[in-house]
Amino acid sequence: MSDRQPRTLFDKVWSDHIVVHETPETPAILYVDLHLIHEVTTPQAFELLRQKRLPVQRPDLTLGTMDHSTPTTPVTTFRDLEVVGENAANQVRRMQDNCREFGLELFGLDSDYRGIVHIIGPELGATQPGKTIVCGDSHTSTHGAFGALAFGIGTTEVGHVLATQCLLQRKARSLSIDISGALQPGVTAKDVILATIGQIGVDGGTGHVIEYRGDAIRRMGMDERMTVCNMSIEAGARAGMIAPDDVTIEYLHGRPRAPGEADWDSAVARWRGLPSDPDATFDKAVSVQGDQLQPMVTFGTNPGMVVPINDPVPHDTGDASFRKALDYMQVAPGKPLTESRVDVVFVGSCTNSRLSDLQLAADMLRGRKIAAGVTMLIVPGSQQIKKQAELLGLDKIFIAAGAQWRESGCSMCIGMNGDTVPRGQLSVSTSNRNFEGRQGIGARTILASPMTAAASAIAGRVADPRTYL
Amino acid sequence: MQPVRRITSRTVVLPTTDVDTDQIIPARFLTTTSRDGLGQHLFQDWRFRADGSKKEDFVLNEDTASGCEVLVAGHNFGCGSSREHAIWALLDYGIRAVISTKIADIFRSNALKNGLIPVVVDDATHAALVGTAGSEVSIDIAGATLRLADGSEIAFAIDAFARYCLVEGIDELGFLQNHGDEIAAFEGHRNWKP
Repeated sequence: MSDRQPRTLFDKVWSDHIVVHETPETPAILYVDLHLIHEVTTPQAFELLRQKRLPVQRPDLTLGTMDHSTPTTPVTTFRDLEVVGENAANQVRRMQDNCREFGLELFGLDSDYRGIVHIIGPELGATQPGKTIVCGDSHTSTHGAFGALAFGIGTTEVGHVLATQCLLQRKARSLSIDISGALQPGVTAKDVILATIGQIGVDGGTGHVIEYRGDAIRRMGMDERMTVCNMSIEAGARAGMIAPDDVTIEYLHGRPRAPGEADWDSAVARWRGLPSDPDATFDKAVSVQGDQLQPMVTFGTNPGMVVPINDPVPHDTGDASFRKALDYMQVAPGKPLTESRVDVVFVGSCTNSRLSDLQLAADMLRGRKIAAGVTMLIVPGSQQIKKQAELLGLDKIFIAAGAQWRESGCSMCIGMNGDTVPRGQLSVSTSNRNFEGRQGIGARTILASPMTAAASAIAGRVADPRTYL
Repeated sequence: MQPVRRITSRTVVLPTTDVDTDQIIPARFLTTTSRDGLGQHLFQDWRFRADGSKKEDFVLNEDTASGCEVLVAGHNFGCGSSREHAIWALLDYGIRAVISTKIADIFRSNALKNGLIPVVVDDATHAALVGTAGSEVSIDIAGATLRLADGSEIAFAIDAFARYCLVEGIDELGFLQNHGDEIAAFEGHRNWKP
């Protein structure tokens, strides 16, 4: 073994899960410790199992929830789902049937632990350092914040994991992103990752697993680290990882699926060995000056088209795709976005729907009203977060400000459940994708932090959160 | 899976960069529980107006695009979500290969598992393909070469195992299942349990 060579966090987790080594002719067989499943990307995989008469190999390592196609208005009966649409209702019903048939645990519509798949894994403590975690969803990279190797897979691969608990994989290259310095007030983890994607581009991480390092990362809590890792895929990376430390360990202690007291010390000892060795090398390295960052907003139709909030939108480069993006967004080059009138504000999604995100928005909205004509949706990432927020009275702050307080789900990030931005309207959203039509046909999306989103809701235009600090 | 050995077709060129899977198949069509029938919604919002009428200036709606099985796409095609529906939609529509200067990781992985051939070429070859839209190209999967209309042949990289599975029509799940003993041994010998 190559134990004497310095290894990265990624190297360590990868090699710990190799069932069969890769060769020039064949990929590695990689073992999966946790398979998260949801209603959208699994029905065709279950159908394959049924056709081949295969059971699920490890139901105990498989965890299901429903998040994409579910309403964010309260569901008391299955009939309520019909407001979302017949197909969505059918998909949810199919998920319930599949989990029942194959003996899988499902945090269903009536569960207090239901929520966005990437929120509930960490919340339950099922997401742990050193695990391999996969899900038929590209934002699986979120779980890398704990020092897990976590990545999104397609439905065919979902079938592979259900049937064998393994995947065929070639090892990705490694990319170190060092984020240094203390963030300025009003600048959050969301701004860090948006600026990073702006710096390396939406394909800057393709073929790589990112490790985020540096003192700015060390100062972040787990919620913020998850925000950073969540958007690794928006830079094209397979996964994003952060080495576990005291913050990680403290977060996990006592959670329902974390190791119990009897196993805790040995688990912690194992986790302590995961950080990259001091002299480990990466295939590529990038530095980001965290202390120089401003609140960031996107101006185009991918997350790499991003500027500091008071900077002008870049001038037309003569590139047809760039022009197409600006035309779609109806933004003018050479001017900042700060005068643009906002129609919809969305605080939610697996990027920014955790309790600390909601607190940032609430701090800004406390005692204030959102502007006339603005619709604001606040969608907690899980039913547990909803409950915690209500214990802190955040719901009352949101409602008093004129925002809508909803049940958990993916909601307006992807618009599969009826929560959509009307055609042509401008949305400031804490989600992860500003692709054309992502939040609804013809919807125009500006990605931003929860603070910028809340400030924009108050101002009725794209607004610098530092104005309201 | 059916073997895929050679694809010979005229090209259709969509040079837009960073085409994400939300464009290829918008999320509102993902409530299906089937793999079939998604081709009708391929590039829905680029092909059709709100009233359902065709946008005549979109490349796939041009008469010359009819029957083209090879899509020449802009840099970083297939970025964004992991939805395999994007692959199913392209195949159902009749696209069997995508040529670009970069193809996103999950899209490429999904493509290979369904017999859609991802071909990454250099900038010069890509420019030549964009400049000769509608010309006939031929992709030899076993030989991993792309033959252009002028007869020149360009080698492209394709994972050896994926190529073997494509050419022989082998399902990767079968390969994994054949390693059941090793998987069981791995589970038995781990020094910690997930």
